[in-house]
Amino acid sequence: MSAMRIAGGLGLVVGLGLAAGPGFALEGDADRGERVAGTCTACHQADGMGMAMPQGESWPRLAGLPAAYIAKQLHDFKAGRRENATMMPFANMLDDQQIVDVAAYYAQLAPWPSLPDDYRAADPGKSAEWLAERGDWSRTVPGCNQCHGPNGQGVGSHFPPLAGQHAGYLAAQLEGWREGRRRNDPNGLMRGVAERLSDDEIASIADYYATLPERLAASGAPLTGEDAQ
Amino acid sequence: MNLRSIVPWLAGSLLMAGALGGAVADESDAPQRDYQVPLPEAPAGEATFQPPAEADIPDTPYGDMVRLGRDLFLDTQRLRDEYVFNDQNCSNCHLDAGRLANSAPMWASVGMYPAYRGKNDKVNTMAERIQGCFTYSMNGIPPEYGSEPLVALQTYFHWLATGAPINESLPGRGYPGLEEPAQAPDRGRGAELFAERCAICHGDGGQGQTVGERQVFPPLWGDGAYNWGAGMHRVNTAANFIKANMPLGQPYSLSDQQAWDLAAFINGHERPQDPRRRTLKSVDETDRIFHQHMGYYGDTVDGHRLGDHDDYGENPGAE
Ligand code: HEC
Ligand code: HEC
Ligand code: HEC
Ligand code: HEC
Repeated sequence: MSAMRIAGGLGLVVGLGLAAGPGFALEGDADRGERVAGTCTACHQADGMGMAMPQGESWPRLAGLPAAYIAKQLHDFKAGRRENATMMPFANMLDDQQIVDVAAYYAQLAPWPSLPDDYRAADPGKSAEWLAERGDWSRTVPGCNQCHGPNGQGVGSHFPPLAGQHAGYLAAQLEGWREGRRRNDPNGLMRGVAERLSDDEIASIADYYATLPERLAASGAPLTGEDAQ
Repeated sequence: MNLRSIVPWLAGSLLMAGALGGAVADESDAPQRDYQVPLPEAPAGEATFQPPAEADIPDTPYGDMVRLGRDLFLDTQRLRDEYVFNDQNCSNCHLDAGRLANSAPMWASVGMYPAYRGKNDKVNTMAERIQGCFTYSMNGIPPEYGSEPLVALQTYFHWLATGAPINESLPGRGYPGLEEPAQAPDRGRGAELFAERCAICHGDGGQGQTVGERQVFPPLWGDGAYNWGAGMHRVNTAANFIKANMPLGQPYSLSDQQAWDLAAFINGHERPQDPRRRTLKSVDETDRIFHQHMGYYGDTVDGHRLGDHDDYGENPGAE
């Protein structure tokens, strides 16, 4: 693996500050992170792509998530702001240095697919697409992409990409917010949105984002990045 | 005016009311009229009017024009460098594509024009109102009468107002007016709150955030923002907007005082020059004629006189 360091030491502190994490700068090193990641591959896979488990708990794709976002999530698991019996023991094993190292490693493992960013009118006949682009303001639900960026490809290190993540995992997160297992979103920005969604909407929006990169590719939209076919 | 506290603002506006005759005389001399004179406040109460659903836009030439207007409203950036010279889209300040009540929705606006305004002593049309938002909110050059963008936007608004009464101010129009704050709006308190509640989207420096070419979170000050002539640069207007619309997805979560403090903080920053300044002699003159309201234009903030510059952002000026 490349010895890329995260230039974003500062960004990391800003990100953690929001979640009341430690306020000191540690620099992540992807080489050291690769050694830490040895314990993670059983679930998140050697290529960091995770795995969809149709009947059980899906393991999320980590490759290409922003380093600051990964580090924040690991701190949130450790602090109990994000509860998950499978993942928590692995987060608990890591010290602060290992967290930024493994975050640096996964961030550079493969780029998250970068999707078209131009405006495209949403089709009111397609309910998931409509929710993603326009939301439902009669229930104060902004369009998901208003925070998660065009085609849900993520914005900066606070708004993670959704497009190309496993559907079961996405749905589990939305349910986690509704049921109080996930309480780590800055200023409750995501919880309110999740609480206002119906079960059907959760299932359909999770499927929409999981399959969006493939569908865009099939429709001939230009894509860049690995895993974008 | 010294606008560091609300007291001089209030005194200023009282003075203005007394000296209205003089102000009108000044303004009618002014080369560009103030198209953004706000309408009287909307009646209180829940909005009851529902604009039609987008699925029901007819498949006719009229419907095609409605769709084009909707697209221009959401993606005004496609008019960049022709009519738009900052990073804004109309929907940034008129949420849900101009449909959302208390976010100055277009369906409530349509029936209010043409409207006579004492302030510029003429009957103002919807076309002029839209041109006003181009000139100031978009730091742009207004599309000409009869031009496609103007026709498309007006057609879209007309369709949104299907079934709405004419010449009646509807609940939900404009941004709901806040009471005067208990304490004078404070930029310092606003700065702290901005870092806590707003910077995650709008950036620590108010610069907004983009993904590729796309502006996801709009800049609130600097060259990409609304200019010194825009309605949003008024502290009261911004406070009203913020209370009912921000943080995104969490309307009415701030106290009135917090909305005032945030508005003062945001509007105490530099932005592109008021385009009316181009034909006036000085900042002082622009301030005196066009800035007798709650704003920091011409005031010295942190040792810098706001608006005292020739930076019109990217706008090259007409012709
Ligand atoms: C036994 C399986 C397993 C192992 C091993 C494991 N994880 Fe996880 N991981 C999960 C599951 C399941 C989730 C989803 C948790 C949830 O739903 O909240 C998860 C979630 C995560 C997330 C959150 C991703 C996001 O998009 O928010 C990160 C980051 C993460 N794991 C990192 C790691 C790291 C680093 C290691 C190794 C030190 C590791 N995991 C080891 C199962 C595992
Ligand atoms: C107001 C902003 C906002 C809106 C609107 C929004 N989100 Fe989020 N979302 C966030 C933030 C912030 C996070 C990251 C929380 C954290 O730091 O753990 C997030 C995280 C998520 C995650 C977890 C991703 C992961 O890797 O663990 C999912 C899933 C999600 N959002 C789905 C949605 C969907 C679906 C919608 C639309 C119905 C939506 N979001 C709308 C702000 C928003
Ligand atoms: C930077 C914020 C901003 C942007 C961007 C913006 N506007 Fe406005 N607009 C305002 C404000 C502020 C008002 C006055 C609302 C009030 O005083 O209640 C307004 C009022 C209006 C009104 C009159 C509403 C009424 O009820 O009287 C129309 C019509 C309008 N805007 C159209 C547009 C169009 C078209 C665009 C895009 C070309 C646009 N606006 C972009 C801030 C903005
Ligand atoms: C979750 C992200 C998010 C947060 C947090 C947020 N905003 Fe916004 N803000 C937006 C978006 C997105 C828009 C444009 C709305 C649209 O296009 O629907 C916007 C628009 C605005 C505007 C309109 C002006 C313009 O020039 O476009 C102002 C003013 C504003 N926000 C102020 C604030 C303030 C003050 C706060 C903190 C209390 C805040 N915002 C918090 C996302 C956010």
